[in-house]
Amino acid sequence: MLTCKEASRLLSQSMDHALPRMKRLELRIHVWLCSACSNFEKQLLFLKRAARQLDERDSQTDQARLSSEARERIRKAVGK
Amino acid sequence: MKSPDKHSSSGPDRWLDEHGDYLFRFALTRVRNESTAEDLVQETLLAALSALHQRSGQSSERTWLTGILKHKIVDHFRRSWREQPLEDDPPTGLADEPGMDEFFAEDGHWDHKPASWGNPFRSLEQSQFFDVLQNCMQRLSPKLAQLFVLKELHDMSNEEICKELGVSPTNVWVMLYRARMNLRQCLESKWFENDREAL
Ligand SMILES: [Zn+2]
Repeated sequence: MLTCKEASRLLSQSMDHALPRMKRLELRIHVWLCSACSNFEKQLLFLKRAARQLDERDSQTDQARLSSEARERIRKAVGK
Repeated sequence: MKSPDKHSSSGPDRWLDEHGDYLFRFALTRVRNESTAEDLVQETLLAALSALHQRSGQSSERTWLTGILKHKIVDHFRRSWREQPLEDDPPTGLADEPGMDEFFAEDGHWDHKPASWGNPFRSLEQSQFFDVLQNCMQRLSPKLAQLFVLKELHDMSNEEICKELGVSPTNVWVMLYRARMNLRQCLESKWFENDREAL
């Protein structure tokens, strides 16, 4: 049986590419039996989704803007 | 919601007005400070100007400019990657070196067991949540934050990241792991614990 430490590493790797079949099986068994690792897996999936939405958030709120100094500087540099 | 494709036809002289703030925010989400983000916007517009004749009319202007900015961000990461101090580097990746074990007890059990976050997706409707997420990203060491950005915001594969930054595959996964572990812990303590109390 995997330890939680091992399972957590495999879970992170599984976010990026498919694991070998045996590893995947061992991991499924561990996650099925372990609520902490099962929570961790859900958190990783959530984190992925949340990160992707950072840009949408940005275009909706109009908080950060180029300062007028920066804008002038860029305008001069670009020469238009 | 504003669609990027609404702005489709303007000349170089309008880029800054029409897309400047957007590009600035896009950069600021990925790099740590405003002046770097400003520089990246400038580099992007200069590069766009010299590539204007090669532009095919396939994508909207904003999409095109954003694509250039993405490349500029990767270039910036590559440069700063070389300049950053060695202490930021992860252990060479062998499983049990320091930096990998800070989250676990010696017997392999969690030091702080990940809690249930209930239905976390509701948080995505709250803009304060994203401020907390950004804040947690800023607490990561620069390299971890950059890897997380390339992975989750630029959607690059581990192989692409290795190639762009000249990092070994082991270092990439180790650092992504550490970034995720830190982010999860940060979100749990800064958002979800409070969130649960509020329910
Ligand atoms: Zn476990």
